[in-house]
Amino acid sequence: MPAASRAGSRAPKGTPRDPAKKTIPNVLQFSKEEELHAYREMLLIRRFEEKAGQMYGMGLIGGFCHLYIGQEAVVVGMQMAAQEGDQVITGYRDHGHMLVCGMDPKGVMAELTGRRGGYSKGKGGSMHMFSKEKNFFGGHGIVGAQVSLGTGLAFANWYRNNGRVSLTYFGDGAANQGQVYESFNMAALWKLPVVYIIENNRYAMGTAVTRASAQTDFSKRGLSFNIPGEQVDGMDVRAVRDAGRRAIDYCRSGQGPYILEMQTYRYRGHSMSDPAKYRSKDEVTRMREEHDPIEQVRRRLLGEWKVSEDELKTIDAKVREIVNEAAEFATHDPEPDPSELWTDVLLDA
Amino acid sequence: MPFMTYAEASRAAIAEEMRRDPAVWAVGEDLGRGGVFGQYKGLVEEFGPERVSDAPISEACIMGAAVGAAMMGTRPIVEMRFSDFALCAVDELVNQAAKARYMFGGQTRVPLVVREPIGMWRSSAAQHSQSLEAWYAHIPGLVVVCPSTPADNKGLLKSAIRCDDPVVYMEHKNLWGLEGEVPEDDDFTVPIGEARVVREGGDLTIVSWSAQVHVCVKAAEALATRGIKAEVIDLRSLWPWDKARVLASVEKTGRLLIAQESVSVAGFGAEVAATVAERLHKALKAPVKRLGAPRAPISYAPPLEDAARVSKEMIVNTAEGLVRT
Ligand SMILES: Cc1ncc(C[n+]2csc(CCOP(=O)(O)OP(=O)(O)O)c2C)c(N)n1
Ligand SMILES: [Mg+2]
Repeated sequence: MPAASRAGSRAPKGTPRDPAKKTIPNVLQFSKEEELHAYREMLLIRRFEEKAGQMYGMGLIGGFCHLYIGQEAVVVGMQMAAQEGDQVITGYRDHGHMLVCGMDPKGVMAELTGRRGGYSKGKGGSMHMFSKEKNFFGGHGIVGAQVSLGTGLAFANWYRNNGRVSLTYFGDGAANQGQVYESFNMAALWKLPVVYIIENNRYAMGTAVTRASAQTDFSKRGLSFNIPGEQVDGMDVRAVRDAGRRAIDYCRSGQGPYILEMQTYRYRGHSMSDPAKYRSKDEVTRMREEHDPIEQVRRRLLGEWKVSEDELKTIDAKVREIVNEAAEFATHDPEPDPSELWTDVLLDA
Repeated sequence: MPFMTYAEASRAAIAEEMRRDPAVWAVGEDLGRGGVFGQYKGLVEEFGPERVSDAPISEACIMGAAVGAAMMGTRPIVEMRFSDFALCAVDELVNQAAKARYMFGGQTRVPLVVREPIGMWRSSAAQHSQSLEAWYAHIPGLVVVCPSTPADNKGLLKSAIRCDDPVVYMEHKNLWGLEGEVPEDDDFTVPIGEARVVREGGDLTIVSWSAQVHVCVKAAEALATRGIKAEVIDLRSLWPWDKARVLASVEKTGRLLIAQESVSVAGFGAEVAATVAERLHKALKAPVKRLGAPRAPISYAPPLEDAARVSKEMIVNTAEGLVRT
């Protein structure tokens, strides 16, 4: 299909943005309900990940396990900006993305422990889960692979003219893979509805961004394809939702892809086996104390919104209950039967 | 002779070759901090970041750039960490590196070593567990090496670095910590293409490579207690492979079992089986047997992962079946 007819057949609504111009918006405030929602969602991810970390330590989870602690505001803010039916795809640091998509914490935890009731029946583990029902398209272990796949999700949205947007997440390290730029070009050429969300947590395993990237302003990575980009304070859930809305609206209105660089931070090592010796304790402490995404909301709830400590404790208790139930299920659900080896391989023949 | 791990042996090999030849250098992700398995530990301190270079996550460019640099006469060691990740750079390896010498009428050579570890490594799941050695054995223009011991990992890696053609060097992730005696001598190398007879025996020949060799040895020990003497051959390299050694052994024993960790269908075992069947039809006292993984992706959950392994018991039972027929 020639590109011209492709772009021409669905004329963009609204005027194209100047990609070089960055908006530095005043962050919209949240309502009390929105603050409470964001608080609960972020806390669920945090507690879930803390539990997963403990269970890994107890030997209940094995293999690769990458925790999302510190980055919670990114997926929560984006999901608050998204609409039902928009797709999410990401790499292996995927637990938070799945939880905000509404996937069952029991099924996620049981996949971490490799049990029958896990989303992939124990075949995938931490890095590889999927939910068609919740529009979560995986859980991918090859760095950067999800970027062209996410572009394809957007292609299908465009093809079906269904008004959906693909939220394609990847890391600062993944941003140096070649297929990212092939995707940018194709998505811009065909005006595909995809938001590329670069989660810049400053490290790719042990490699600091400055040691791996010639251009560390990731919002500029789409400039030569005329893709607008923004740098966002990814520790402030309000800023994320705001930028997310702008990006998603832009894509949904048929103007093509959009890039959001989320400036965030992971508190834990790259995976469970990483002692994170490549950065100072101070750096981590400073981020936790001064920028923690959950603490920011908590302070506003207690201060501006006059929510009582007790109310927050109740939320915390409820979240813990969900996580404990998930852990309980994931500990007692049986392991897959060896005959599962032969299911879902290929033709049923 | 000093004791070393498989990972340490590879480090020693690289250090010695880098001292010997200034054209040798290494490139890959996370090499600066010693590689994720410690297989480059201390090298950046000795040789500097120009020779032990940390690359961005850009496998296709790492491989392609190494091919170009090799055409210029340098001798890159490319670290891909997992054979699964190396798939991001297959064009550069298969279409470029493997073809250049022949396609350009011998005007250029590509003295490249691509380290791409294979194998199951507890619960690493489908995209971090593959054993893809047969893919490269199929490609004209590539050398394929699969070391199974610390000593071989030193000797074969040194030979690979000295080789003037591209070598796909496939260590096994589960062997990094394996200890063994390793010659200290700078001149120690293991020639590529020579199999190792790990254990002699006259009743049947068991051919294997990489980590599976160790399972075969355990099986042979168990068979010995039942009065069956198995000869275990570690191929060490799949291309070139030591046909003469395998044929001589099967001529003696009349029975052949091939055991591999990788998928059995269209695996290298099939090549060994076909070669023996073509050449030794009359000497065979029983049909050739192959054991390998089922044609299914590797699972995360331990019971399913284990179901894909070729176990000692499977080898013992199959070998007994061969000898008792
Ligand atoms: C193609 C490929 N190369 C290398 C790896 C090994 N690896 C896994 S995660 C990772 C770092 C990725 O960093 P980044 O994109 O910043 O994401 P983060 O882990 O920080 O979320 C690397 C190098 C891989 N899984 N796939
Ligand atoms: Mg990162």
